[in-house]
Amino acid sequence: MSDHLELMRNLALGMNQGSPQALALKLETLSIDRDGSVLKVPYDEKLIGDPETGVIAGGVVTTLLDHACGQAVHAAMTEFKTIATLDLRIDYMRPAEPGKDIFAKAHCYKATRSVAFVRAVAYDDSPDDPVAAAQAAFMLDSSAGRGFGANLKPRKDRK
Amino acid sequence: MESVQARLARIPYAQFLGVKLELAGDEMTAILPFGRHIIGNPVLPAIHGGVLGAFMEMTALAQLLLTEGQERQPRVIDVSIEYLRSGRPLTTFARAEIKKVGRRIANVHVEAWQDRRAAPIAALRGHFLVSPTEVKP
Repeated sequence: MSDHLELMRNLALGMNQGSPQALALKLETLSIDRDGSVLKVPYDEKLIGDPETGVIAGGVVTTLLDHACGQAVHAAMTEFKTIATLDLRIDYMRPAEPGKDIFAKAHCYKATRSVAFVRAVAYDDSPDDPVAAAQAAFMLDSSAGRGFGANLKPRKDRK
Repeated sequence: MESVQARLARIPYAQFLGVKLELAGDEMTAILPFGRHIIGNPVLPAIHGGVLGAFMEMTALAQLLLTEGQERQPRVIDVSIEYLRSGRPLTTFARAEIKKVGRRIANVHVEAWQDRRAAPIAALRGHFLVSPTEVKP
């Protein structure tokens, strides 16, 4: 296995283990390589969005897709850069089946020096029968000059 | 009819995020208190972008329930989320504006902010299915 892949796997692991929200949702990266990422969110009753049907909240799918897209961006780059979501478009095709885990498959199809473009689908059984589809753009090197704890200081806003 | 707040209290995911609603007549502000479990980037730290999207989606749904008095929960068709500033470890607020409600489809815009209303941290535009006329495949 190449060093790059090793690095990406570790980064994905770090993004899941180090991110409290990913931990709270129990997000898991099933595979990650240059072609993209596959992530899973296990079905959990505390994530239900419609108590009448037991369907998981759309917001969980939104978070899973955002997370999967981010990992696909990291996997497509040759060096580590911090990233930030600029824009995320999601189409919800159908409700997820109650009781089933949800998966997301993301692929970064273009990256320039400062922006990366990603497509992703969320599904329960097969990527060919998606629950949702997403298209996202990420800013690269988003933390330029902003290190640990940058968000704890008051914002110096340039309008 | 059940109040929007009572309805929200019955949604497990809304409780998981900790979302609350403040009403002034038909004007509603949704509140997302800061909690460690909503952090996406632990370095800065910043709220997970997905959580901000989810919060704004929920704001749009709650506003539709409030103004349209839907018996059934509206369904999300599509959303377009714009991230403007990173979500800092503070309380986040959101307000929704219903731009159009037709017989079946509603168009809603949402804006989320933290310490300054004039400096929003994210925005969402979405279409929602308001009358549950199921299309059978």
